[in-house]
Amino acid sequence: MTAETTIDSSARPGAGNGAPTRIDPVVRARPAGALRDIATIAGRSLRAVPRDLEAVIPPVLIAFFFFVVNIGTLENLTQGSIQGFDYKSFEMATAVLLGVTGVSRAQALVVDVQNGYFNRLLLTPVRRSAILVGHMVADVAVSSVLCIPILGLAFALGIDFQTGVLGVLAFILIAALWSLTFAGFGYAIALKTGNPAAVNSSFLLFFPFLFLTSSYVPRDQLSGWLDTVAGWNPVTYLLEGLRSLALVGWEWSDLGKAALALLIVFCISFGLCFAALRARIRQR
Amino acid sequence: MQNHPSSHQPAISARGLRRTFGDLTAVDALDLEIRRGEIYGLLGPNGAGKSTTVKMLCTLLAPTGGQATVAGYDIATQPQQVRLNIGVALQEVALDPKQTGLELLRLQGRLYGLSKREVDQRLAELRSLVDIGDALERRIGTYSGGMQRRLDLAAALVHNPEVLFLDEPTTGLDPLSRARVWDEVRRLNEQLGMTILLTTQYLEEADELADRVGIVDAGRLVAEGTPTELKRRIGTDLVIVRIGGDPEAAKRALDGVYGVEAVEGHGHELTVSVAEGSASVGPIAIALHDAEVTVHDLTLRTPTLDDVFLELTGAHLTNNEELEEEYA
Repeated sequence: MTAETTIDSSARPGAGNGAPTRIDPVVRARPAGALRDIATIAGRSLRAVPRDLEAVIPPVLIAFFFFVVNIGTLENLTQGSIQGFDYKSFEMATAVLLGVTGVSRAQALVVDVQNGYFNRLLLTPVRRSAILVGHMVADVAVSSVLCIPILGLAFALGIDFQTGVLGVLAFILIAALWSLTFAGFGYAIALKTGNPAAVNSSFLLFFPFLFLTSSYVPRDQLSGWLDTVAGWNPVTYLLEGLRSLALVGWEWSDLGKAALALLIVFCISFGLCFAALRARIRQR
Repeated sequence: MQNHPSSHQPAISARGLRRTFGDLTAVDALDLEIRRGEIYGLLGPNGAGKSTTVKMLCTLLAPTGGQATVAGYDIATQPQQVRLNIGVALQEVALDPKQTGLELLRLQGRLYGLSKREVDQRLAELRSLVDIGDALERRIGTYSGGMQRRLDLAAALVHNPEVLFLDEPTTGLDPLSRARVWDEVRRLNEQLGMTILLTTQYLEEADELADRVGIVDAGRLVAEGTPTELKRRIGTDLVIVRIGGDPEAAKRALDGVYGVEAVEGHGHELTVSVAEGSASVGPIAIALHDAEVTVHDLTLRTPTLDDVFLELTGAHLTNNEELEEEYA
């Protein structure tokens, strides 16, 4: 504990006489350190999750729904026309990305901006970047946990990972990093606008990313403009990397492309959200 | 290079502090010097620039001109040091409704680098201020306005700041809660020597709490002094006369009347400064009667800070109804 002792016991405190103030041994503030700042903000975010279940339950239900319906709709068709094709394993990556894309505390951050709590944080010595990074650390944790029930359903359906337990962990890590990367757009909008409705609109990005790609059938089955767009969509490479872990094994070329695609989108979304944070905390 | 403040420096010092928003000048060349251990009241009506001043001094808003130090640190170049040494309760409570009161205070303590033991110690000390019993374990969203305001103040005090900013700390509080906050402000100042800058619209609050009062109007500091000094500017006693007819004629009628030191007219209200109120009421009433001025009512009272504000700016700080209520 840092304690300050009496400086001048003769001075009467509270006199406003300009004399040195007597400070009794008391608790005094000091910089907490970057890691502690991040852990404190992340802890608050994680505590809020069970109180805000409506933000995390629907994505999992949507993932379950599309996983089951797509298998029912397309399994026979695809496996009948592509020899040795395992549609359940193929579709698992799509289901997981459906479940974790857009899961973030951006909506909570915008509420903080609106009710003034963001200003209370700015009045403390907390590192400004830690306010954002703390939320993001919580996002990664939440996304990782959300992968578990979806993968549980996959295992219940008989899906096997060629890369074993390590592959499952890599799969969860990549999915969570994608969730974090996509969340950057939501945070950028939250900090730029301070408007919850605008944050909701970031969901519009979800559709081109998740559907203009090889979500339902392999890339070589796509044709015309959709094939061209899928070629430019980073999620295509992310899906291929994730699928390779279940279907092929440690396929470094697919994993490398997935990492590169992730990195490109990460640089864009984080560039935007940290620029928005700088603008928000600038003392306008 | 880090500049460390000397304990002889003022707690808050501002020179030509200015803030504009487009064409609007919210704070205009404000000079302020608040000594360590002082309670300083910034008194003014809504829109006078009080909150903007506080936001600049507590590093939420950059000045567009001038400079200032708080706890000896420059608000522009050493904002982090300023933040470590100040506590702030802004006009609007700034709380997270989904946390419990306890969670919020603990989190606040952690952000100021306090250990768990230190946070526990401060929570024990602050419980009497928050005074919401078991509700501290409940979510803040369920609190009443008064409970939220007290928690907001406690959050500003978790780290035992050297300088405390209170922006209209008792607005919206019931009389009991207001008295409790006043007691706490006095205790913090007397026992810990905490410097406190409070903004208020309540005359009584500035009068009761502040060692010195700065009166602000339209972004400028128009007068400064102890409440007694400020009120002494007006005279020993005041006779307030509401009249019908021509105010100029009424003022002329009071010229040379026994005990009358000055007469200010504001519409149909005359503020007559007199040396000895009880001896002057009669002659004033007679002089007005002789001049055939209709007198609706005539009141003798001691000067208030509102009278000072009226003399300096030509407007009341509070409307008459509020004033009457406050002094009833």
